[in-house]
Amino acid sequence: MTESLENAKSMSIIVTKGTLDWAYPPFILATTAAAMDVKVSMFFTFYGLGLLKKKLNLRVSPLGNAAMEMPMMGGHMRMPNIVGMLPGVTGMATSMMKGMIKKKGVASIEDLREAAALSDVQMIACQMTMDLFEYKQSDMLDDVEYGGAATYMENALKSDINLYI
Amino acid sequence: MADQVLDAKGLNCPLPILKAKKALGTLPAGGTLEVLATDPGSIKDFEAFCRTTGNELVERSDDGKVFRFILRRAA
Repeated sequence: MTESLENAKSMSIIVTKGTLDWAYPPFILATTAAAMDVKVSMFFTFYGLGLLKKKLNLRVSPLGNAAMEMPMMGGHMRMPNIVGMLPGVTGMATSMMKGMIKKKGVASIEDLREAAALSDVQMIACQMTMDLFEYKQSDMLDDVEYGGAATYMENALKSDINLYI
Repeated sequence: MADQVLDAKGLNCPLPILKAKKALGTLPAGGTLEVLATDPGSIKDFEAFCRTTGNELVERSDDGKVFRFILRRAA
């Protein structure tokens, strides 16, 4: 998959969110860009950092997610916040979402992440967030690099596209 | 007849593109790849992919359900 990246365009993405739904846009764009010969660098910070853990347990919550509606019995259902806050509802929404992902042939985040690594997408973990949330490097994927804002800025200044997700 | 066939039926964005890219990588320059997909978004996506990467979209057809693309790997 690795080809000559001479004159290649480049993209940086700051990944700040780590829920099952928000994990998709950065990984879809990173893998697709890499497939289109774009050099990609992803910087994982705050809640996005969890997406680099060896073992993922991603979840999605309807709580405070007013635009979230799930297909149900031919229509769409929205969950009132007072229901979303009940114990077990996050788990239920997560299983529903994972079921839909499987049924509709959407890639899992694990698969997209692996595809990103195989296509030489650079993944940088924010060292400050590692310290702040007390993560250990042994919790994280082996091919992750560690750096801070200056590392990101150096990449961003050279990139054709910079995204914050 | 394409040199290689990729069955991407039932797969959703971005998997048909990712798998096509991988398959193209195994072909020599000028080699052809036939992609079968059911994702309606794949029509625009394969056009954009080919315009951007220099691989040629030789042919496109569909039977209303399955979209068929023939790609030729860039030299």
